[in-house]
Amino acid sequence: MDRHRNKATLLSIISMGLGQIYNRQFIKGIIFLLIEISGIIYFGSNLYRSVWGVVTLGETIRNTTVKPPIVGDNSIIILIQSLITLLFLALFIILYIMNIRDARQTAVRREDGVQPNNFRQTIRYTLDYKFAQAFLTLPAIGILFFTILPIIFMIMLAFTNYSSPNHIPPARLVDWVGFNTFKELLTLKTWSHTFFGVLIWTIIWAVLSTVTTYFGGLLVALLINQQGIRFKGLWRTLLIIPYAIPQLISLLVMRNMFNGQFGPINQYLGYFGLGGLPWLTDPMWAKVTVIIVNMWVGIPVSMILIMGVLTTIPRDMYEAAEVDGASGYQKFRIVTLPMVLFSTAPILIMQFAGNINNFNAIFLLTSGNPVVGDYQYAGATDLLVTWLYKLTLDQNKYNMASAIGIIIFLIIASFSIYNYRRTKSFKEEDMIQ
Amino acid sequence: MSGRKTKRIIRLSLSYLTLIIMVIGAIYPALWVIMGSVRPGKSLYSKTLIPDQFTLDHYRELFTSKSYLFGQWYMNTLKISIASMLIGIVLTLLTSYAVSRFRFRGRQTALSIVLILGMFPGFMSMIAIFLLLKEFRMLDTHLALIIVYAAGAPLLGTFVAKGFLDTIPRSLDEAARIDGASNFKIFTRIILPLSRPMITYMALTQFVGPWVDFIFAKMVLRSKEQWTVAVGLYEMVSSNTNSNFTIFAAGAVMIAVPITILFMFLQRLLVEGLTSGASKG
Repeated sequence: MDRHRNKATLLSIISMGLGQIYNRQFIKGIIFLLIEISGIIYFGSNLYRSVWGVVTLGETIRNTTVKPPIVGDNSIIILIQSLITLLFLALFIILYIMNIRDARQTAVRREDGVQPNNFRQTIRYTLDYKFAQAFLTLPAIGILFFTILPIIFMIMLAFTNYSSPNHIPPARLVDWVGFNTFKELLTLKTWSHTFFGVLIWTIIWAVLSTVTTYFGGLLVALLINQQGIRFKGLWRTLLIIPYAIPQLISLLVMRNMFNGQFGPINQYLGYFGLGGLPWLTDPMWAKVTVIIVNMWVGIPVSMILIMGVLTTIPRDMYEAAEVDGASGYQKFRIVTLPMVLFSTAPILIMQFAGNINNFNAIFLLTSGNPVVGDYQYAGATDLLVTWLYKLTLDQNKYNMASAIGIIIFLIIASFSIYNYRRTKSFKEEDMIQ
Repeated sequence: MSGRKTKRIIRLSLSYLTLIIMVIGAIYPALWVIMGSVRPGKSLYSKTLIPDQFTLDHYRELFTSKSYLFGQWYMNTLKISIASMLIGIVLTLLTSYAVSRFRFRGRQTALSIVLILGMFPGFMSMIAIFLLLKEFRMLDTHLALIIVYAAGAPLLGTFVAKGFLDTIPRSLDEAARIDGASNFKIFTRIILPLSRPMITYMALTQFVGPWVDFIFAKMVLRSKEQWTVAVGLYEMVSSNTNSNFTIFAAGAVMIAVPITILFMFLQRLLVEGLTSGASKG
């Protein structure tokens, strides 16, 4: 009885597609077979070199003094090439397993006397029953190559000595050094002092900026949505303007407005007989400035988001509350607030994470300055992310930057996931329906 | 009865007052930079908000001078942002529809992964993406930017979109399914029309991206002819700070205008009371 299933499984293990062809699913079989052939050609020429590359990171040092000059290995390029190949290998293995499982399942059904699907039926079946998985393939591939691969790469960098001045390819090789970078970052006085200083400011910044913009946005949305307020569209349009203006521009403009010497803000303070403030040059005031400016930038986003949610709250909920004699405040507390929080909780968390990595707000406004004397390449308003930028693009200390990135990520991720799992919309996401 | 009326009037006038103050705060920087762009001279300082004389010289210089290829940067940016917006929206909608409406194995894991990945600092991966593009020989091309921006869209947008799709009553899907609609038809006929406000929001964030990204774009686009406006403007600021404020202001206005107009235009789609009545028997 089980002659089909074993034969089909075995054939598809020998080569992708054979099992399908055995099952008389010719088009599907040929597609799988072509994948197998291209896979063999690709991996045959690349696989050995990529394993060697990940293990050694290159062995030949460039030498231009001898003739002919030795080109040498570029460790970083070797690493990324190897990673690409290994990623393709992972995809290939997944496909292979899928192919085996598919052949076996079809064969089992054949034994029960079910005719195997032809190609058109297969597509129909996928669209009807495997819709989500089929839909998700394309975005998943994008994420795999442009997010996951780079992250793996950067994590690996943290365990190498890829940093200036001594280990920058192509002149020099890069080597694996284990946890050395982390040890330096956390125990070496100069590094750890900067790290914890910047870390504390980053957290203060993220909390303050998220809370101020979210509740500011909620307030504005409710203000406009009030009964009796006229020209709702006009108010909304006017208040959206800060969001409509690209941040790059508004922040650079703000930088000029808050200019201590020539900026209009200090000029106006002067009209009121007040002295100018060192908005961007004093460590304390610079922090206040970035929070204020961030409110200006962020409130409109929260406002439209929350207004969007407000439009989706069913009218009958309010009607029911009115029948029960609820006051305006009660309606807000019992209907509006839970519904808004329910819909925006994930966004709130994302905004918090986003603010921790809010590069633009800091970099364009203050560039992380004013400089703090005993910090390693960092200033008073520097977030970890702008510090990373300086370490990578200005100082070429890639391994240190990656290590900082990983540590921060670990702190944020564990906190966020814990928080997210507790959020109602994760546990009871079918509540509304 | 009259007490309630006075209370209402006080509430409304306070609200109007707050709104007016906020509007002034929201508009002032824009007004200031527009005024700066039509002011003769180069300096940042001006005695009054509205200049004594108006001039369009700075705009003329942007488009005619050899050092600013503003017209070309403009077209580049427009091309990149439209393409990446369209692809990005499709990808995000696919992802969010799938995770909002279907329960499949690994769904929770996939959601968590997307959430986690969104927490990595974006340009921690910039160097890797740069090397990746170099590997695929795509440096200095607009296609590279389009792909990277679009591929990043689901990461940022899925949760917003999913949160919105979750609020569309599932009874609508079920009704359509009983009438024999396929998954795809439900998606195009029911989900898409009802998600217009969310799509608007996504389209805007996605469209604005290339106009403001000056770091990654600068890394990828090497030759001046390929630049986007963001790269051009940032170079303008970082190469001659403060000494040429008015021309920077003109450039800033030129970038802000199309986005603002587009925004105001699309805003009409955010119709109030969208689902009121949609789910009633």
